[in-house]
Amino acid sequence: MRQGSIDLKDVTLVFGSGSHAVVALEKLSLHVEPGEFLAILGPSGCGKSSLISTIAGFQPPHAGTLLVDDSAVSRPGSDRGVVFQQPTLFPWKSVRQNVDFGLRLRKVPRQERSAILDEILHKVGLSEFVSHYPTQLSGGMQQRVGLARVLVNRPRVMLMDEPFGSLDAQIRLQMQELLLQVWNEFRMTILFVTHDIDEAIFLGSRVAMLTRRPGRLKAIIDVDLPRPRKLDVLVSPEFMRLKRNCMALLREETVGSPQAQVFNNDLYNDSSQAANNTG
Amino acid sequence: MTPRGDLQARATTIPSVVLASQSDADMEAANSLSRVFSASTSRRGLTFLRRLIVRVLALVAFVALWQIASTHKAHFVVNFTFVPAPTAVAGAALEFVESPKAPQHVVSSVRRVLIGFVLAAAVAIPLGLAIGRSRLVADIVMTPLEVLRPIPGVAWIPLAILMFPTSEQSMIFICLIGALFPILLSTIHGVENLDRRLVYAAQTLGARHWHIFTEVILPGALPSIVTGLTIGMGISWFLVVTAEMISGRFGVGYFTWEAYTLQNYADIVVGMLVIGTLGMGSSLLVKFLGNRLMPWHRHLVHAR
Repeated sequence: MRQGSIDLKDVTLVFGSGSHAVVALEKLSLHVEPGEFLAILGPSGCGKSSLISTIAGFQPPHAGTLLVDDSAVSRPGSDRGVVFQQPTLFPWKSVRQNVDFGLRLRKVPRQERSAILDEILHKVGLSEFVSHYPTQLSGGMQQRVGLARVLVNRPRVMLMDEPFGSLDAQIRLQMQELLLQVWNEFRMTILFVTHDIDEAIFLGSRVAMLTRRPGRLKAIIDVDLPRPRKLDVLVSPEFMRLKRNCMALLREETVGSPQAQVFNNDLYNDSSQAANNTG
Repeated sequence: MTPRGDLQARATTIPSVVLASQSDADMEAANSLSRVFSASTSRRGLTFLRRLIVRVLALVAFVALWQIASTHKAHFVVNFTFVPAPTAVAGAALEFVESPKAPQHVVSSVRRVLIGFVLAAAVAIPLGLAIGRSRLVADIVMTPLEVLRPIPGVAWIPLAILMFPTSEQSMIFICLIGALFPILLSTIHGVENLDRRLVYAAQTLGARHWHIFTEVILPGALPSIVTGLTIGMGISWFLVVTAEMISGRFGVGYFTWEAYTLQNYADIVVGMLVIGTLGMGSSLLVKFLGNRLMPWHRHLVHAR
């Protein structure tokens, strides 16, 4: 049985119309294996978030096909959980009630719900904060709730839109490790959008690099770092090699003019070589 | 002391600090913290007491000035000749409290306000939610409402008397009209200003129309609705008093106006004070009920 495969074929996404039309994604084709952890990297404004909202079902593609487990996406659903950039928790619900939301909608019996909640809340380290309201929590804690809220639904696909972008460096590392633990256990497909190269390589099994807007697929970089990954992987030679590679590719997209690109190649003198390696 | 001796002295002091056990250090930290804490609370208590004294003195001074102005029949721009002195008002207030008609006056006014207010909320909240959610409903309903909205509640009194068979009903209608618009507009505002991302989040967690409405839209708009209710309650009181002065047979507004026509000047002020107390009490009640409905909001206020 296929669980959580994603297929995009020539997906084009346009915002607005007429002279104000902005092409966010153009003929993007991408295949994501069930249970894969794919990091999506690209310059700001390249349509990374648009990709997430298309797969989530908020924004139907203009052209092309988008299949999740071989069926077309028509609207948002709990099979594709989303962890947003901002935690977007319900302020009027306690931590426990926020996480309980999906279970209640699915009409899971009360006792079963209680057991699931205890387990998930423990897993993300929120056991002592169940009756707090979101405003009483730090940003990292709020994102833990956001994660737990999605996990209770056992989604086949988890879409994450720079979820740790607004956290400080220490907390971000903690959250990344937590996410890897969770993925290791649940093995859902994860699409993780980020603009942070370290984050993309540390988390992803592959890194999909998008071009400047309109977003197209620029390269796919395989990350063969062994799992389970611990923080010390961040200073390994292989990690450095991948990082240099990604930086070079990203540079090509963030720097516009040809002159600047030449200048850039001088700075990162092995960038052309690195770019060739990925093919 | 030679440099060397200085160094030695330092060498002997540093280890003693380092060797101080962890629990000792913790204890000391806790002690100094509690000292700071108790100092700040007692200081806060002192400022609170000082402010309370200032406030009480200000109130006493206000009443004293009033007493002097009315006993000396001050006439300087404001004419105090017929203004009863606080002592006279206090006497009249005691008389009012003991009179058998007092509860009747109070109950009639409270009843009119409550019925009008509850009806207004029952109309305005669902209507506001519908307008906020549906462009079609907004297009149908908003234009006539925008025409009616700038008309002050008081201007409705003559028509209201003609529209209803009893003056009781027309007064209730006036209260309803007054409370309707603030509640309606706050409800619309609450729905429209709701963070769209919360709706998206609910959708990805499996919520469809009805649950999005009950679990996201309604609680999300609630703080704004409660604000509208508080304002609406104030306007209902304002209007019931006015309406009673014109067409009532009981009620605190009627009592106040009757006191004027019968030249019981002290009773005028008693009526005013009763109106003020009832208005304040009902606003506090709405606020209290609102806080009970929104425990998360209380935390928000405390956090600030």
